[in-house]
Amino acid sequence: MDLLGAPKRGMFRDFAGTGAAGLPNGCDSISEARFALPAVQDPATFVETHFSPGTYEDNGKRVKFSKGTTTLAFKFKGGVIVSVDSRASQGSYIGSQTVKKVIEINPYLLGTMAGGAADCLFWERNLGMQCRIFELRNKERISVAAASKLLANTMNSYKGMGLSMGTMITGWDKKGPQLYYVDNDGTRLKADENKPYFCVGSGGTFAYGVLDTNWSFDLSDEEAIELGKRAIYHATYRDAYSGGVNNVYHVQENGWVQVYSDDTYKSHDKYSAEREAAANP
Amino acid sequence: MGTEAMFGLTGKDFVILAADGQAAYSIIRLKNDADKIWKVGNMLFACSGPPADTANFMEFIEKNVKLNELRTGIPMSTKAAASFTRNELAHALRKGPFQADLLIGGIDNEGPSLYFMDYLASSEKVNKAAHGYGAMFTLGLMDRYWKPDLTEAEAIDIIKKCIKELETRFIVDLPGFKCKIVSKEGTKDVTL
Repeated sequence: MDLLGAPKRGMFRDFAGTGAAGLPNGCDSISEARFALPAVQDPATFVETHFSPGTYEDNGKRVKFSKGTTTLAFKFKGGVIVSVDSRASQGSYIGSQTVKKVIEINPYLLGTMAGGAADCLFWERNLGMQCRIFELRNKERISVAAASKLLANTMNSYKGMGLSMGTMITGWDKKGPQLYYVDNDGTRLKADENKPYFCVGSGGTFAYGVLDTNWSFDLSDEEAIELGKRAIYHATYRDAYSGGVNNVYHVQENGWVQVYSDDTYKSHDKYSAEREAAANP
Repeated sequence: MGTEAMFGLTGKDFVILAADGQAAYSIIRLKNDADKIWKVGNMLFACSGPPADTANFMEFIEKNVKLNELRTGIPMSTKAAASFTRNELAHALRKGPFQADLLIGGIDNEGPSLYFMDYLASSEKVNKAAHGYGAMFTLGLMDRYWKPDLTEAEAIDIIKKCIKELETRFIVDLPGFKCKIVSKEGTKDVTL
């Protein structure tokens, strides 16, 4: 008897060639179009050994990834704050100090970028397309739960094939402010009820330290934005792979707004002066 | 076997399951209130392993158990659901397995039954069972206190003893335990 959605892991069909509607064979919509896989016995293992990123080094692989990041997002009474750094490192080399790690999926959905820059950018753009198709078909906006699940489904269909992505999907829907974590393993987690925040990336542990001690649901908008900046500052201070510009977004009922964007050296000047003053009254 | 704790017991006319609420990435705790005990038809499935695998596998099982009920008009017995689940795990094993360890509890015409199942697709009908490192600390206690015809209050007391033991002897602090009971009346959450 046929099963519903039988798992097809490790036995992907070849979607090269096109069907009647000009779409790849086996696809019934644009969003299900798939990449061609390497023509080898076991594509997943092949891709994993030759292309997948290491944690801080690429294990002699031929493709070098840009990575190293601090990104965070937290819920509070005024919505969601998303705060990120902007450094992309390739080993010990800083590839860029001006990466936009908050991806504006559409006017009411934000995604963050950690891991492979290309994978995050491509798949969150792809998610934006799927969300738009949902809107056109259903005459209403997609929920954040559903949007994050679309991305998690994509991650799952390429599981073990070397994608690298650690992202937070945020937005405001019928049920209020929402925050989900999605990564390339196919993990999809709703934010904790009591501690509704995530930090993703190599500097995440430092940012968690600041959030865990200073976060409260009743923060005012100003306090929340300040906390977002501070958490990123402390991560950029301790994590060599994080730095550059701090971008802060505020997700509100009518969509997101960018509330801050400035070099982290200014945060350092400000906060180190405060610490100095506190130490030598 | 991960740093998780998931255990359960059969009672007189019910099965009780408990699981921690931790979802981790590497050494970072991402979540304190994960619900690892799924309601599938009139049964409870506790599932531990990497969050991606457990969510995918459980959604797949849950939907297909429902599909089977819609097609046949008959709810699956606990034994049937366990056999179906075991078969899916066994087939997945040779093509990129789901790393999902399960405890399946349900009540049907045969009475209450509890199945222990690991990701290698072994399946065993038992009266008390545990997965993860938590098993090392809880199985002894459950062997000591379990008896046939256990009442709900007695079973909840054993669960509490197990959680207390994990707090005193296990070096990892597992937060947010959730406990559920399945009986003829259906499933319910237990506040510990």
